[in-house]
This record gives sequence, C-alpha cells and structure tokens, in this order.
Amino acid sequence: MTHLATDILVVGAGGAGMYAAVSAAREGASVVLADKSLVGRGGATIMAQMTVAVAVGEQEPDDWTHHLADTLAAGRGLCNEELAQILCREAPDRIREMDTWKVGWAREDDHMRQVMAPGHGIRRCVYVDFLNTGPAVAKTLRTRVARSDAITRISELAVVDLVVRQGRVLGAVAINLADGAPVTIAAKAVILAAGGLTKLYRRNSASANMGGDSYALALRAGAELVDMEFVQFFPIGHLAPRLVGMDPIMWDPFRYKLGGRLLNGEMEEFIENYGASDSGVYTAPRDIASFAILSEVAAGRGSPAGGAYLSFTHIPEPELRQAFGPVIDRLLANGIDLTRRPIEVSPIAHYHMGGIRVNGEMESRIEGLFAAGEAVGGANGANRLSGNAISETFVFGERAGHFAATKVAARATGLDFEWDHALAKPALDGIAALEARDEAKGPGAGPLFTELQSMMWDHVGLLRDAAGLEQALARLVRMRTVDLPALGTPGSHRFAITVQDWFDLRASLLAAEAITASALARTESRGAHQREDHPETDPSLEKNQTVQLEDGEIATDWVDVVRAPFELASLEAAE
Amino acid sequence: MTDRTVTLNVRRGEAGGESRIESFEVPYAENMSVLDALIWIRAYRDASLAIRYSCINANACKECMVRVDGKVAYACTARLGAGEATVEPLSNKPLLRDLVTDITPPKETLAHALAGED
Ligand SMILES: Cc1cc2nc3c(=O)[nH]c(=O)nc-3n(C[C@H](O)[C@H](O)[C@H](O)COP(=O)(O)OP(=O)(O)OC[C@H]3O[C@@H](n4cnc5c(N)ncnc54)[C@H](O)[C@@H]3O)c2cc1C
Ligand code: FES
Repeated sequence: MTHLATDILVVGAGGAGMYAAVSAAREGASVVLADKSLVGRGGATIMAQMTVAVAVGEQEPDDWTHHLADTLAAGRGLCNEELAQILCREAPDRIREMDTWKVGWAREDDHMRQVMAPGHGIRRCVYVDFLNTGPAVAKTLRTRVARSDAITRISELAVVDLVVRQGRVLGAVAINLADGAPVTIAAKAVILAAGGLTKLYRRNSASANMGGDSYALALRAGAELVDMEFVQFFPIGHLAPRLVGMDPIMWDPFRYKLGGRLLNGEMEEFIENYGASDSGVYTAPRDIASFAILSEVAAGRGSPAGGAYLSFTHIPEPELRQAFGPVIDRLLANGIDLTRRPIEVSPIAHYHMGGIRVNGEMESRIEGLFAAGEAVGGANGANRLSGNAISETFVFGERAGHFAATKVAARATGLDFEWDHALAKPALDGIAALEARDEAKGPGAGPLFTELQSMMWDHVGLLRDAAGLEQALARLVRMRTVDLPALGTPGSHRFAITVQDWFDLRASLLAAEAITASALARTESRGAHQREDHPETDPSLEKNQTVQLEDGEIATDWVDVVRAPFELASLEAAE
Repeated sequence: MTDRTVTLNVRRGEAGGESRIESFEVPYAENMSVLDALIWIRAYRDASLAIRYSCINANACKECMVRVDGKVAYACTARLGAGEATVEPLSNKPLLRDLVTDITPPKETLAHALAGED
C-alpha cells in the first residue's frame, strides 16, 4: 500500500490550490499538492479569458469598500459579509503579489489597465492580454509552486475520500490514475480546492473535472455546505456552431463593445417583450436575458440548436477587426464569419456561488479541513459579480494556506494527528471492490451522466418549480442508491479512467442532490435561483441554507446571514 | 442534426503489448472535433477507451495531444470533416494505454513523490 505523509494536503491544483500551496509552504509547512488532472491545467482557472475584479484604483479612484458594496448588491442580501469583506479587502494585495510574480497584467502608461464589467460601478477589472488571463495566472502559479522545495506536486492523483476521526481530519484516500492503485495520505490539515460543479448541467462552460468533488468530499467528511441552490448561468454562452479555443462567455465583451443584436429563431428582437430595453446596447440584466432566451425556446421560437441568435452582421468588418483583432481570425479558423452569419447563444452553467461553509480563516466545522476558491460558499451570496471568482481563488487560497500552516505549526506537538489505517479501510475496500469487478467492455458512467446533466438542466436549472425539483430529487436518490452501485468499470487497471468515472459520478450525484434539495426548500425567487411557482422575493427568506449529511442522507437547514457592517470610503478622500 | 456518421479508427493497446485498430461509427455534428467523437465513444460504445483531456472547448489545458491521420494534433481542435479519421497515441512518448501517453512532467508524478520521501 502506497502511503504519503505531509503537513498539508491540498486537493486540486487550480488557482486556489496552487496559491494555497505557495502560501502554506512559505509559512514553513510541507505540502502535497494533488490534482486528478495535471497540476495547473485541469480546472476552470486556465480556461478563464476575461477579467479579475480588484479595487487597486489605478485606472480611476476606487476603494475596496466600493468593490464590497457592488459585491453585496449582486448577492441580493445573502452574502456572508465577513467573507465578502475579506475578498474585497485583500484582493489588491494578491493582485499586486501576482504582479511581482510577473503575471503580466495589461498596462497603460505607468499603471495597470482596468476596465468596466457588468455590475461594477467603476473601471475595476484587470486582465492579461490577449484573452490570456487564466493561462497567465496558471503559468505564474505553476512556476511559483515548482520553485518551492516544500511542495510535492502529484498529477493524476484523484482524492476520493477524506479520513476523519472525531471531527478532525487526518488525511485522505486517493487513486493513482496511472495504475488504478489506491494511495493513502496522512495530513495534519487538508485544503479542499477542487473547484466547482457546472459540469452537472447539460449546457456548461466546464472542464472534465468540474463535477462537484469539492462539495461531495466535504459532505462525506462531515462538513456543511451553504447556498447550494445558487448556480450561476451565463445568459449568452456560445452554443453553435461548434467553437474550440475560445472562452464560451466571450460574446459578453463583444456585445458590450459593439452591440450585437439578440434575435429569436424568427429573426426578431425579443428582449423588449420581457421588460428590458436593449436596442443594440448591452443593458439587459443577466437574469432577464437568460429568462427571455429560454422562454423563446420554450415557445417554439428558438434558434436551430435551441437558443437565440446573436448577430453582428450589421457591423462592418473593419469595425469588428478594430475592436477584436486576432479573435476575428480565430473565429474564421472555426468556420465562423461574423459578417455573414449570426452565431447561436444560450444560457450556460458557468459558476457556483454555493460551497463549503467556512469561517474567516477558511476552516470548515471539521477541524483541520479548510477550503479555497470556487469550492467555498458564501462570499457571493445569491449571485456573483463578474471577475470576483479569480480574485477569490487568490485571496481564499492565500488565507487557507496561511491559516492551515499556522494551525499545524502551533499544534504540532499537542494534537493527535496520528494516521489510523482502520479509518481509511472503508474507502480502500470500496476501491478494491471496483477493481475486482473487471468487466471487459461496455458503457460505463456515460449514459447515467448524460441523464443527470439533462435532468439538472431541465428541472434544476434556470427555471425551477416544485414538481420538477421533486421529480429530480426522487430520481437522484435512486441513481445514488440503485444505479451507481451496479455501474461497471470496464478496463480499470491501467490509466483507470472508468474507476475515476465511477467516483466522479458518485460525487456529482451528491452535489446534485444538495442543489436540488436546497432549491426545493427555497420557496422564493432571488438572484440566480428562480422559481416559476414562487416568482417573488420573500423578505423572510433573507437567510442562508446549509446542507449536511445525516446518516448518509442530505439534510438542509436555515441559518442567519453573517453580517459585518462597514463604512463606504469617500473616493475623493482616497485620492 | 443529420443521420450522417463518421468512422473513427482508434489505435488501442497497452504499454509493451500488441496494438490494434478498432473502428467506431459516430453520429456527425457540424464542425465536431475528434475529441467530441472520442467522448461520444466513451459514453455510448466503450467506456474502457482510455483518453486524456480536460478543457474540451478552450484548447487551454493541452492534455489531449494525439496523432490524427498520422499528424500530431490536439484532439479538441482537430475537426472531423471527411468521412473517416484515424487516431493514434503520440509516438514519441511512453504509452500508458490506448490514446494515453505519459506526458506528465516527471517531477509531478506519484513515483517522483515517493522517491523523494524516504
Ligand atoms: C470558461 C470559464 C471562464 C471563466 N472566466 C472567468 C473570468 O474571466 N473571471 C473570473 O473571475 N472568473 C472566471 N471564471 C470562473 C473562475 O475561472 C473559477 O471560479 C476559478 O478559476 C476557480 O478556481 P479554483 O482554483 O477554485 O478551481 P479550478 O481552477 O477549477 O481547479 C480545481 C482543480 O481541482 C482538481 N480536482 C477536482 N476534483 C479533484 C479530486 N477529487 N482530486 C484531486 N483534484 C481534483 C481539478 O482537476 C482542477 O485542476 C471562468 C470559468 C470558466 C469555466
Ligand atoms: S482538451 Fe484541453 S487542449 Fe484539448
């Protein structure tokens, strides 16, 4: 049996995990940084092409309290204000630290260039040219991680369960993908930074590794989740024709700069029919745009692929080129000529506001179990401002690493961290049982996963009602208790992709159930959660919902929102 | 959607063993990538087919490199235009299984972590 021991295990090596590893290592801790894909490449971070929100105030006067005010407004009363404050207050330090690590934030004259993004009252968002924010962030952090002798990087190591003794984390059980062999890892603290869950939805912007592992690992370890009903859908994600190499949310800045026309399948503008004005400029709020597109599709007026048309054919080519230069060629390489043909767009699942419930030190209720990045719930409440997600990976990553390391150092002698193999045994037996089955061929998790994605899209997506949610919940329980245990893992021994599929599906089903149960209990519409049978916002539900496992079953509860008063700084004074 | 299909010939086998070509008929969609076809095969024909990829649409992770009709390409950017394509693992990297070769940086492996342990 392969066994590793470390001070701190970081699960997931995206922006948050890598920042956490660097931060823990500089406090003197030893770190194992494990990713089920390749370090720095498997998640959302490397795919992000747009901007990062931060009140550095280099473009125009700004202050973190103004960033906070915008964040809280977007969150519709549900932000954990302590976490939101931490995010906005510390983002400038992290952005500057990334700058000293030569990430290459776009500059203008002698300052960082900051641009406007929806929901921000000020030009606040930094980026890396050209559409290179995520790749630059990933590369910079990969280099920092590689430079530290205290950090052991392990790619293609999928963590499948945490090991917990009496409310304290002891480490984890993982699978080495190369040979399917189980690995145990003893750790004095574990940081969950395994990213989000948008892969649960049929239309998404996810990578292969965004099926909700963070949330399932936390639940199974005894931690709580919060705000799981709030999944963010991006209204005009790319739908057709097939496009590779571009961020599917790229049409946002296109419309923002040039004013594309949103048309239904009959080539008519329709946003006005849903109470928003549009007239060629980007003003329709995200939720109205999403609702309008889906309603047109439901009414039989969708585009051929089941969305809406976005047309730039009225804009002369020189103007398109001037605004978007090389992107126009990348589109042409995909067979897309914007001057001739509209593209098709649809809402797509893009980000998860909910996540692991933590305190200001990023620690969950399980001692020694921390979280960072998109895995954390609460900071963004019922809706996230654009650009806050990458700031969150840096800020929460740095804090999780810091507090995990200081905690480990302070208690190194007092606490009982000792690894207990018996506690890892149930997880190890589970892996061995899958290995022993050895079907030769046949479909694996594919059909079930596709069914899950369609069901989540149809019933637990943008438009929800009690009947659909109840139907989905019943099916999810059955999938977890009946279909999953019977699922085969053909060809499991070398590059154990089907064993990983099995554990992926297990995690996804649990995360899906957490979303669905929370969505069913929230009988109102607020932010990203829209109930067709409860269209109004209910002031008495200005509360957060938690999720935990009770005897293996999902249970939800209501808690008060964490409030943290602050004073909006005067921007003239800041000058 | 049409009833058109494309044929994907995939070289399969394990390190040190015999390899063989297996052919799959895959439903065609406009502009579809080789990776789309491989994902479809895993979902509906044979889950045991080993492939490596992460980002699917972004061409950012660079994990999906294979040979398509003899030329090195990203499976996610290579398109299935003609009626047929042959997909094989990289020839200059050690084979793990089917289309997966060992491209993990040497210092990022479990083996390296264990060697550094003792
Ligand atoms: C296409 C796209 C564009 C975006 N654009 C922007 C933008 O412009 N601005 C912005 O602010 N935000 C953007 N976002 C959101 C933002 O990128 C993410 O919220 C953020 O990068 C998440 O970082 P993370 O480190 O928490 O997770 P990730 O970067 O997703 O990393 C998680 C890692 O965990 C690994 N992992 C998962 N499960 C396990 C397991 N069981 N064991 C081991 N490892 C595991 C994964 O392989 C992955 O490498 C975008 C998201 C997407 C998908
Ligand atoms: S799947 Fe990421 S580059 Fe091809």
